[in-house]
Amino acid sequence: MAVLNTTKKYAIEGIWNNNPIFRQVLGLCSTLAITNLVSNTAVMCAALVFTLAFSSATVSYLRNITPRNIRIMVETLIIAFYVIIVDVILKAYWPQMSSNLGPYVGLIITNCIVLGRTEACALSNPPGGAFLDGFFNGLGYSYILLIVATFREVLGMGTFLGMPVPYFSSAYFDRWIMMVMPPGAFFMLAIVVWVFRTIQHNKEEKTK
Amino acid sequence: MNPEQSFNVQIWQAFIVFFSAIFTQNILLIYFLGLCSFVGVSKQLKTAVGLGMAVIFVMTSTCAINWFVYHYVLVPLHLEFYRFIIFIIIIAAFVQFIEMVIDRYSPVLYHNLGIFLPLITVNCAILGAVLFMVIREYTFIVSVGFGLGSGIGWFLAIMAMAGIRERLANDRIPRGLQGPGITLVIAGLMALAFIGFTGVLQQ
Repeated sequence: MAVLNTTKKYAIEGIWNNNPIFRQVLGLCSTLAITNLVSNTAVMCAALVFTLAFSSATVSYLRNITPRNIRIMVETLIIAFYVIIVDVILKAYWPQMSSNLGPYVGLIITNCIVLGRTEACALSNPPGGAFLDGFFNGLGYSYILLIVATFREVLGMGTFLGMPVPYFSSAYFDRWIMMVMPPGAFFMLAIVVWVFRTIQHNKEEKTK
Repeated sequence: MNPEQSFNVQIWQAFIVFFSAIFTQNILLIYFLGLCSFVGVSKQLKTAVGLGMAVIFVMTSTCAINWFVYHYVLVPLHLEFYRFIIFIIIIAAFVQFIEMVIDRYSPVLYHNLGIFLPLITVNCAILGAVLFMVIREYTFIVSVGFGLGSGIGWFLAIMAMAGIRERLANDRIPRGLQGPGITLVIAGLMALAFIGFTGVLQQ
C-alpha cells in the first residue's frame, strides 16, 4: 500500500503539480525543435523518459560515494552513458529516424530537465523513488510536447502520424505553413503553457 | 566539403556560414537551442549581455578545440560514438579552466561573467553547435566561423529579448501568461522576424 501511495505522490508531482514544462520551464531546448511531426516527437520523448528514469536511478545508487564537488561531472557522464545507448540503438535499428532527429538525441545530455531532476531529487532519495520521479517527470514532459506536436502536424500538414486527417488534409482547408516553421512551435507552446497555468491558478484559488 | 579546397574558398564559405548562423539559421530562434537559459536569464539586460558574451567566447573556442579532437583523435581511433562524452568533458573542462583564469587575472570580469560560466556547461546551444559542426562536416575555418556566428546570433537574440522584457515589466499580462508564457510569445514573434531573412543567403 505504501508503495502505491508513493507512486501516486510522484505521479501527481511530475505530471501536474510540478510539471517540467509549465511549472519548472526546463528542458525545452532539445525536444521542442522536433515537435513538427508527431512520430519524431514520440520517439524523442521515449528516449527522454528512458534516459531520465535510468540516469536518476543510477545517480541515486551512487549518491553516497560521489564526492560533492565533482557531482555535476559524474551526473553528466551517467546521463551521457544512457544517451549513447539510445543513440546507438536508433542508429542500428532505425537509421531513418536517427537521421531525422539529427543532433537532437545527443542534446538530451544537456537537457536541463535531466540534470535538474538528478540534482533536485536523485541526490537525496533512494533509487526506487528517484526512478519513479524521473519516469513521471518524463511523462509529464512528454504529454505536453505531444499536444504541441499534434496541433502542429494537423494544422500545418493536415496529417497525424503521417496519415491524412479528414477535412484538414482536404482542399477546403488552408494549411497553416507557419505551424511547421519554428515560430509555430513557440506560439503553440506559449498557448499550451498559458492554458495549463490558468487551470492551475484557478484550482489553487478554489482550494484557498 | 572536401579538405583540398583552396584557402580562399574556405574563407568565403566561413563568411557565408557566419552570417547564416546569425540571421537565417539562428541557433536559438530556428533550432531552439539554449532555450532554458534564454527564458530564465532574460529578465535584465545587464545579466543577459553578460551571459551572451560568455556564450560567444565559449562557443567559438569549444568549436575549434572539438574540431581538432574529433578529426585527429576520435576519427582515427574509430571512436565516433563516444563523441557525446568527449565533447561534454571538453566543454566542461574548458569552462572550468576559463573560470579559473578569469578569477585569477580579472576580478571585475569574474564578478560580471563568472556566475554565468558554470551555467554554460549545460547550455544546449554549445553542445548543439559542436554537434551541428560535426554532422555538417565543416572544415576547421568554417567551423570557427560557425561557432562565432552562432554565439553572436544567440547573444543578439537574448539581448533583444531582455530589452523587450524590461519594458514589459510594468505591463498587465494575464496571470497564466506571465513569465515563461509571454517570453515564448515574444520569441515566436522574433523567430517570425528572423524568418524574413530567409533567402538572403544562398548556401
